[in-house]
Parts: sequence; structure tokens; C-alpha cells
Amino acid sequence: MFHIYCPYCEELREEEEFHPKGEAHIVRPKDPEACTDEEWGDYLFFRDNPRGIHHELWVHAVGCRKFFNVTRNTVTYEILETYKIGERPTVTAEHLAGGDKQGNVQVASGGQQTVGASGAAVASVKGERA
Amino acid sequence: MSKSLKQPNRLKEGGRIDRSRKLSFTFNGQRYQGHAGDTLASALLANGVDIVNRSFKYSRPRGIVAAGAEEPNALIQLGSTEAAQVPNVRATQQALFDGLVARSTNGWPNVQHDLMGWVGKVGGRFMPPGFYYKTFMAPASMWMTYEKYIRKSAGLGRSPMERDPDSYDHLNQHCDLLVIGAGPAGLAAALTAARSGARVILADEQEEMGGSLLDSRELVDNQPAAQWAERVLKELAGLDNVTLLARTTANGYHDHHFVTLHERRTEHLGETAPLVNGHRPSRSRMHRVRAGQVLLATGAHERPLVYGNNDLPGNLLAGAVSTYIRRYGVVPGHKLVLSTSNDYAYRAALDWLDAGREVVAIVDARPAPNGEWVEQARARGIRIIEGAAVLEAKGASRVNGARVATIDAGAFKVTGQAETLDCDTIASSGGYSPVIHLASHTGARPTWNEEILGFVPSLVKGVHAAGSARGIHDLAAGMADGVAMAAQALEALNRPVQAIELPQVEARREGAACALYQIPHEKPTLRAPKQFVDLQNDVTAAGIELATREGFESIEHVKRYTAMGFGTDQGKLGNINGMAIAARCLNRSIPEVGTTVFRPNYTPVTFGAIVGRHCRELFDPERYTALHQWHVENGAEFEDVGQWKRPWYFPQTVNGKKESMHEAVARECLAVREKVGILDASTLGKIDIQGPDAREFLNRVYTNKWLKLEVGRVRYGLMCKDDGMLMDDGTTSCLGENHFLMTTTTGGAAGVLEWLELWHQTEWPELDVTFTSVTDHWATMTVTGPEARKLLAEITDIDLDRSAFKFMDWREGNVAGVPARVFRISFTGELAYEINVQANYAMHVWKTLFEHGDKYGLTPYGTETMHVLRAEKGFIIAGQDSDGSVTPEDLGMQWAVGYDKPYSWIGKRALSRSDTRRTDRKQLVGLKPKDPTVVLEEGAQIVFDPDHAIPMPMVGHVTSSYYSPTLGSGFALAVVKGGHQRMGETVYLPMADGKTHAAEIVGTIFYDPKGERQNV
Repeated sequence: MFHIYCPYCEELREEEEFHPKGEAHIVRPKDPEACTDEEWGDYLFFRDNPRGIHHELWVHAVGCRKFFNVTRNTVTYEILETYKIGERPTVTAEHLAGGDKQGNVQVASGGQQTVGASGAAVASVKGERA
Repeated sequence: MSKSLKQPNRLKEGGRIDRSRKLSFTFNGQRYQGHAGDTLASALLANGVDIVNRSFKYSRPRGIVAAGAEEPNALIQLGSTEAAQVPNVRATQQALFDGLVARSTNGWPNVQHDLMGWVGKVGGRFMPPGFYYKTFMAPASMWMTYEKYIRKSAGLGRSPMERDPDSYDHLNQHCDLLVIGAGPAGLAAALTAARSGARVILADEQEEMGGSLLDSRELVDNQPAAQWAERVLKELAGLDNVTLLARTTANGYHDHHFVTLHERRTEHLGETAPLVNGHRPSRSRMHRVRAGQVLLATGAHERPLVYGNNDLPGNLLAGAVSTYIRRYGVVPGHKLVLSTSNDYAYRAALDWLDAGREVVAIVDARPAPNGEWVEQARARGIRIIEGAAVLEAKGASRVNGARVATIDAGAFKVTGQAETLDCDTIASSGGYSPVIHLASHTGARPTWNEEILGFVPSLVKGVHAAGSARGIHDLAAGMADGVAMAAQALEALNRPVQAIELPQVEARREGAACALYQIPHEKPTLRAPKQFVDLQNDVTAAGIELATREGFESIEHVKRYTAMGFGTDQGKLGNINGMAIAARCLNRSIPEVGTTVFRPNYTPVTFGAIVGRHCRELFDPERYTALHQWHVENGAEFEDVGQWKRPWYFPQTVNGKKESMHEAVARECLAVREKVGILDASTLGKIDIQGPDAREFLNRVYTNKWLKLEVGRVRYGLMCKDDGMLMDDGTTSCLGENHFLMTTTTGGAAGVLEWLELWHQTEWPELDVTFTSVTDHWATMTVTGPEARKLLAEITDIDLDRSAFKFMDWREGNVAGVPARVFRISFTGELAYEINVQANYAMHVWKTLFEHGDKYGLTPYGTETMHVLRAEKGFIIAGQDSDGSVTPEDLGMQWAVGYDKPYSWIGKRALSRSDTRRTDRKQLVGLKPKDPTVVLEEGAQIVFDPDHAIPMPMVGHVTSSYYSPTLGSGFALAVVKGGHQRMGETVYLPMADGKTHAAEIVGTIFYDPKGERQNV
């Protein structure tokens, strides 16, 4: 069971309080009528299913009722950061691939430490809207 | 004392049992006696009980093999009464209590004389893996018949059929460091962390903490090792920052250091929790621990060797022999042969000798063993047969001999002439497998360590392993490792480390172990006596060899084919031997064959412990409306709608006979159509929406238009997902220019609120609007029928004149003297007023209505009547007449779709996709059965041609179907392919009983098609 840091409540809470809502950062086309059927189908139905870093949308359903984003490793289940709607992730697959190869995750090498977005990490992206 | 109460295998002294307390117990109907401190297993061995079970598949006699959680055979059914039955308890883990009643789990008709025994004797070649599937599957229709007998003869216990008198608790716990296992490494780790000031939970599954220290031959600080354990435990018990949990199994490691501990609080005292001051304490606790760091000090399980007839009673693990002697004062036999690959197992022979019984020989697979205990054994005159192993056990219901020969383990060959040793017990040891189950639950795959000949755990961040759990079996080194790993965990927590002084442990010179799993036999494996790998699932070496021959090369496939490591056993004893055998057959190394993973739970957990208090009336919350008590007092039958209890119908007693549902519903329907009825509609979801952009928001989430809705008006709306499929429906009223009240379906309330929040928070944060659930704040009473106006007029100051208060208006005023909002909306097709009052006024208003309603024939009605009335009008229920694949157009509700709204509202774009434009989509229609007495089955499949060969193309199904007392016939709503263009056509509904009903496709409105009755 996950231990999730709600960036609005600023607390680690049990997974039971949250609902997962699928992949994060799916933007609804600004002009849906201008989309082809294929483009609209992509927006509606197609999602990434990465092995490794995944950005997800969650809602603190029985808490503050706020939606927020979670960066989670789908192999180790480690939550690397949580951040508010409108903010961008600081941990990405590209970012990690450039570093110590964690993008190509080994099962046993990852951790499961839940880390809330650190104060510094949040501050550095505060005000930036998607 | 009768003869049966003697304990022939009990030593005169020694062990950690309390000889002053005698306990009597019953096993398979026979009475025995044991002592406080015994497990059921040690007491059975003390009484010389050899056969404790019959095996799962071959029904062979089985005895006790181990002394702990890894015991594969001694699965028992506990309980003297039906309510107290517990299946699959390991006798090795069940503390003895006075009056304990146990039976073998398996052994139909009984364990001593077994009807199925022939299978075990002749079944060698006849029951290979997959036997049941291959043999009993054809003809398929007979499987049910076979299965009944197979289950009976091979079953694994049974559930109680009566209510459990015990209660169970869940506890949420937090700590800095959770230490699992209170053996040498775990105690050293817990003490280190405790002295450093960390909050520590120390959990251990056994009756007594101390692990291997409780039966060790080794001295700690020149005293028996158990004394050091007692000292440490005493110190820990006195510390406020330490929680000691004995009899507590860590059964599952879940994500993010969430570990479930199962504490058995009273199972050592009786089969149900004994009363304490008239109160029955909870039988067990499930501790839901969220730990900062986790330290696994779970020790190791000894691996048995795989040789012929190694399942006969009298074959034990070497370590178990020592445990029974040293901890329980029980020697499980008279003449011992020890077969080993390592030095440590020699302690079994030394302990046996100390107990005053005969060691026939130690058979050591190594050519020249020379460790300290080897020398001791030699010095004490024990015959040591070098470079040899036990090829097979002899005997029928108990070991009476051991065939021994020199072997070449590498070449898998018997090299010498076999000799038969006269003995009644064979102890074996093939090395030690770290208990890596919990580490494996984290998803980290273990790695093979050639040095210790075992899998060691891979560890995720924040999880540590110490001592035997990671292959450090030496006592002194294991304790030091406990300290080191605790320090590592404390550093991760940023806590200072207070190192502890380790006790003195005499160094012991130990020779290297050799790799030994399956012992070769003169005959090939397939023809040799059965060599068991997994005793619980009756998996043999031959079975694994056969699996590899049939092409199963991955160990995961071999496991599924043979059932190795399945069930309650989870491969504790057998998995590694099985992998070694598969590796030998495939000519690969063990790690090349695969690795071994384990799933929760480590040992079986009762359902009671899992559900805790969340059962019966507390299983799921029940929601009641403010009027619930009135419904109860007036005899309502209730229906569950989500978590709500809603009145289903109100049966009355007519001429001393209670109405059937059919009769009650007919009466209620006619009352509404002819006079006036009243429904408690309080469960409808209600969302208060406010803000300058509220109107724009509604315009985007509903399919229809909202910009021009005036204050005082109400509108029905459809809500779609962005795929264009209907999600929910309801009315929304304009309370003020920037203030709306939305209603949702009863079951959809929470989902709709989350949906609105999702779009507001993620897509349109610039809209200034807020949402508040007010479902519970307002009670809703629907007064409907031709007399509704007259009735309501008697108790309200609102002008009800039809020109002042029109259909789809709402008005504020007083009803029965309390403030109310009254909405003129109709879900029945009749004149209707939905009265909303503050929930705590509801009962007053409801009763006042009845005081005035008698003369109008006011009749309470429930959800069933509501359904009939709405269906007669063709009003849909989202989620019943729609199912997530139905668009507003499929429902024929284009009138509620604002195609020309400027903003591309949710669902709009999808309505012009090629798939949603298909003309053969399933569309909502009415069905009129040709036979008016027929009420079609909801869910019944529809076909166009009943004479079509099976399988017939199915073209739709019935979504709602009722008997209409108003029409005097059955009627239905259904979805049919291209149904809107098929009015007047006949469709057919073939039923399971062979009948086929015919029905005509008609419009969805069966009653008052022009809607005149609601608009009076």
C-alpha cells in the first residue's frame, strides 16, 4: 500500500485516501472540432505504459479533494515526487537517463522510499504553469 | 494413569517446557497428554504418534518433519465445536492448551487405514504430474462427479459452518525500525536500535522469542545461549520505545514499508478467546505497520535431502531433531541415522547421543569431513560413513532402515555397494536456505550465492537483512551483522547509533559444506522409490524430471506443471531442491533455471484476522435517510442502492394476508396514477454549485444549454464522458444568477462530484466556481399524482397556481411551517412536487403530509413503483438503460444535445466520430411483448431471427422490464441495433428454458405520450 505525500496537505497519507486517475499531463485539444478522428482517438484512449518513470494523476479523494501529480517508478513502485497541478515534474525518464542509468531500471536496484516533493523542489518550480 | 497417557519419547529432564503443568488433548479422537510449553507437534512426538496426515495426492502416511513454519505435513484441523473449526494449522506452530481437539486435515476415511492408500503404492507410474487434468477432464461433463471425490480424498481442511464467536482487531502502528525475527541477529539489531532511542517494533512468530538461541548447543558468555536471549528481552521489555510482539508473524511486506503483522493473542490459551472479567478479548490483531526502515532477521530454513521414501514418518530435518530434544525434551525415535552435507547438522547426532539414545551412523556426503563437531562425534564413537548418503528409507508406516552407499554427487551416481542400516529415524540436512519471503514480496528478485548454496535476498531501499536471513549462519557473525545492519538502518533515519557490546561466543571450526540436493539411486529417478521434493503437494523428483522432458524449462513453468511450492506451503522446504533437480535435468546451473519468488502470506491467515471488525453490519457503511425510522415502522421492504437503504415497496396486510411485492407495487402505482403518492427521494445526489462562472461550467459539462436558464427554473441535463457516452443525468436548478443546485443519480453522486472537480482543477482552473456536496443536508420528498396540488396547498404558503408555479419551476417558501424549496419536476409523468427541506425537519414535514393526506389517499411508494412509473414514461436510469457504451443519440435524446453551443462541451467531439455515427448502433426502444402476460427478463438477449442456427447473432438486450398495472401488461425498454429505424418490427428473445418470446419494437413512452398529465 502506497504512502503518498499530498502536496496540498503537505503530509504523507495512506493510499486508501487517494484515487488514481491515470496518466498525468494529458492535455485536452484546444479545438476538438479541428481534430481528426485519429487525433481525438489518441487523446481519448491512448496512454503510455512505461517500464520505469511514469507521471500519474491522483486525487486526495477523502482528504482535501485536490488533484495532483505523482512521479512513480512502475517497477519498484517508488514515488519519486509529488507536485501540484500546473507544475512540471523535476524527475523524468530523460533526466534520469542522462544520469546514472536509472531510466533503464533494474528490479532490485530501485528503492521504495516514498519521497514527497522536497520543499526546495517545489519552490524551484512554483509559479511555473504547464 | 492409563497407558495411552504416557509419553514414551519424553526425556526425564531438559527442555523449556513446564513439567508441573500437564495438559490433555485429543488428536483424531484419541486422548493424549503433554505439558505447558509444548507445541501440538512436540506433544504428538512425545506420545510416539508417527502418522499425522495422509498426503495430498498419493495419500501416503506422513509424519512430522520440521519444528516451525516450514512444516509441510502436520496440517491439522483444529476445534471441538463447529464454530471453532480452523483448517490447515501447522501442529508445529500451535501451542498446546488444555482440552485442545485436533484432527488430521487429510486422510479420508481415516489416517491409519486409508482407502486411497492403493494410489500411493501402485500410483507411481500412474499418477504423473498433470494426472488429474489429463485423466479426469474427459468427458468434461463428468468432471463435477470426479471432483467431489478428488476433493474429499485430497482436501486441505474445511471452513467452519457456524458463526465465529471471536472478534479480531486491526491496529495501525508506526515505528522507526521494524525488526522481524527475534533470533540472535534480530535481538542484537533490536537492542542496538532501542538503545539508540529509535522507536522499535520487534516481532517474532514463535511462542517464545529467541529463535535458534533457544535450542543452540553453543555457549554465549559461557552460558547457555537462551540466557543471553532472556537478558536482552528483559531489557527490551523495560524500554518505552520498544514494542515486543511475540506470537506475531510478519505475513506480508506491502509497498513503502507497509508490513502486516498477525498477532495471535489467545490461540495458545484455547480454541476461542477465554473470558477476562466477563469480556472476551480479541483473538488476534492485525498490526498494519508503516515503518521508517525494516530489518529482516528471519533466519534460515534447513533443506532436507531428497532420497527414496524420504516422506515416511521418521524422516526429519536434522535441526528439528535438535529443537525437539533441546527445547521440548522430546526424542522422536530410538535409533538415528543422520545424512548430511554440512557440519552444523552434526549437532542433531550429538544432541541425540546426549539424550541417551543410539546414533547408528552419520552419513556424510563429503569425502573427509573434519570440523570441530565432526571430531567430537568421532571422539564419542559415532560411526561416520564418508562420501556417502542415504539412498532410500525402508519401512511401511515408519522408518525401519536406511539404505546407505557412497555416491558421486557431481556425476549423480551411486559408486559403492549399498548397506542397510537398522534405524527408526533418519535426519537429513542439505544446507540452509535464508528465509527471503518478505524481501521477495517487495518485488526484488533474490540472487543465488554459490558460497552459501542458497538464495540471498535483494533488498529495496529502506529494507535490510541480517544474519541467517542473508546467509550469515555463524552465531557470532550473525549477531555482529544484526548490530551492523541496525546501524545502517539508523543512519538512513539520520539517527545517532549507540553501539552495543556483543557477547562472547566461542569460535567453532567448521568445514565447508558440499552442494547436495537429490541423492542418486541405483535405479533411474523415474524407477527409483519416490523421492519427494515438495511433501505438501506430493511433488517428486521424477515429476520434475518428467516436466523438463515434456519441455517445461523455466522453473516458473515447472512449478505450475507440478504444483511445486503451491498452496499453504509456498515452497519453504522444496523450492530449492526442485530447482536443483530441474537444473541437473536441463544441464544448467540453479540461477540459470530461474529464481524463486514468494507471495504473501508467509503462513496462512484466517479470514477473521484479515477482516477484523469489518464484517457483518460493519462490512460496509449503511446510509439511512432522515425518514428511515418511519419506513421501518411502516413495514417497508428495503433495497440497497449504493450504500443507501431505500424503501423498495410498502407491503400492507389485506384481509390478514401480507401483500406480495407484485400486489403492493400494483397498488402503489395506481395510487400515484389516480390519487397521490409520496416517495422518499433524499438519496439523490445534490451538489451546490456557486461562482460567477458556474453557468459556463454547466454549459461545458452538460450536453444541453444552460446560458439562458432563469432564476426559478429547472432543467434536465445529460452528462457525458469525453468519449460521448452517457455518464449520469439529473436536473439542475438555477437558485441565483451565480448559484445552482445539481442533482445526480443516487449511486453516481460521489463520482459526479469528483468528475466536476477533475475538470475544474485540471482543465479549467480559470473558471471561478466551487462545488459542495449537500446530499445529506437536504431531505427530498416527492409528492406526485393528480391530487398532489390539493394536498400540498393545505400546508404551504407557496402559490401553487399552475400559471404562477409552472412545470420545471422551483419556488422557495414554507411547507408545514419550515423553510422549503419545492421543485416542480416529475419522474412519474404525473403532477409532482419535490419538496426539499433541511434534513432534520424532514420527519415533521413527512408526518404533516400524512396528517393531511388521508383524505386524498396519500400512499407511500418505494423504488420498485418508482421504476415502473418512470419506465412507463420512457425515463431512463443512467447505468441501467445505459452502460457506458450509449450516447445521448443512442437514447433518442437529441433534444437534450446542444449541437451549436460555442464551447466544445465534454462529449461533443466524440459524437461525430465514425463509430458514433454508425446507423447500426444499439439504440433505446420500447418492447411490447406479443403475449401481454409476459414480463421479459432484464438482460435477456434479443435476436432478429429465432430460427437462425446457433450461435444466433445477438442484436441487443432488455434494459428495463416490468408489469404495468396501468396498462395491464408487461412492457420493456431495450437496446436494439438500429432500433430507431425498426419501429413496428418483431424481435425475439430466446430464453434459457427453451421458450422464445416475441415482442414488437415500439417507442419508449408507453403512457401519456404528450406529457399532459405532468403539466396540469
